[in-house]
Amino acid sequence: MPLNKSLIGKKYPASAPYEVGRERIKEFAQAIGETNPVYTDEKAAKAAGYPDIIAPPTFLTVLNFRYSPQVIGDPDLGLDYSRVVHGEQSYELHRPVVPGMRLVGEPTITDITARGKNEFFTVEAAISTESGESVATARAVIVSRGTAEEAS
Amino acid sequence: MTINYADVAQGEDLKPWEYRVERVNLVMYAGASGDFNPIHWSPEFARAVGLPDTIATGMHTMARIGQYVTDWCGDPGAVVSFKNRFTSPVVVPTEGATVVVKGRVAEKLDDNRVRIEVEAESPEGTNVSKAEAVVRLA
Repeated sequence: MPLNKSLIGKKYPASAPYEVGRERIKEFAQAIGETNPVYTDEKAAKAAGYPDIIAPPTFLTVLNFRYSPQVIGDPDLGLDYSRVVHGEQSYELHRPVVPGMRLVGEPTITDITARGKNEFFTVEAAISTESGESVATARAVIVSRGTAEEAS
Repeated sequence: MTINYADVAQGEDLKPWEYRVERVNLVMYAGASGDFNPIHWSPEFARAVGLPDTIATGMHTMARIGQYVTDWCGDPGAVVSFKNRFTSPVVVPTEGATVVVKGRVAEKLDDNRVRIEVEAESPEGTNVSKAEAVVRLA
């Protein structure tokens, strides 16, 4: 079953605020094998000119699991999660993520395109602080394998 | 050590790098990111859905490529944008896997920005990710 293209442009409500934890940043940095001390050592981060430790560029993936379920699970979309592959991810980063930030993500379906047997759908999320400061734009291209309409 | 815009030439190669990834790294990443899809930690589950073994999430590969770029430019806060296309899975058997990362300065832009192109591949040469980062240098 093809995805419901009439949902292109649908904007979903902002996710509940996610407070960025200091230890979570450090654990994330350790989990990806990072060695740069700006992620784990407050003194090193200050020496590098930051007010506090900062999160690695891909840390915002943590927030994805807060704002995406409502899109992926939208019954009107018709997505079968077992057919899903992450095709592409991009971030535009507007300011460093630091401990204590309270982040919300507001996702929009910006595209659904068939290429061959697969469909590609794009979810773009505006990530900002609870008080409205822009932090990043995250864009995920999700591949829905084998759901494109058969060409006749 | 940060790199200056003036010292960078368009077309210049970044020093290639490689990293090892083992299942424990995938488990750590699952915990830290919140992605608990069992294809990333259960070989039985991965095989049952037709994969050769557990696979790293694309986001793990993207994070390692991010390290490659920020270690080169010296300042993680310099990353303006970062994009990865996951071209094929990084298969991680019990003995682990090696990923080879190569990059180059694809373009010098205005405002001290440069566009870096990165390719990650298996030691046999199968591409797993094509990435692009724009970083603002000193």
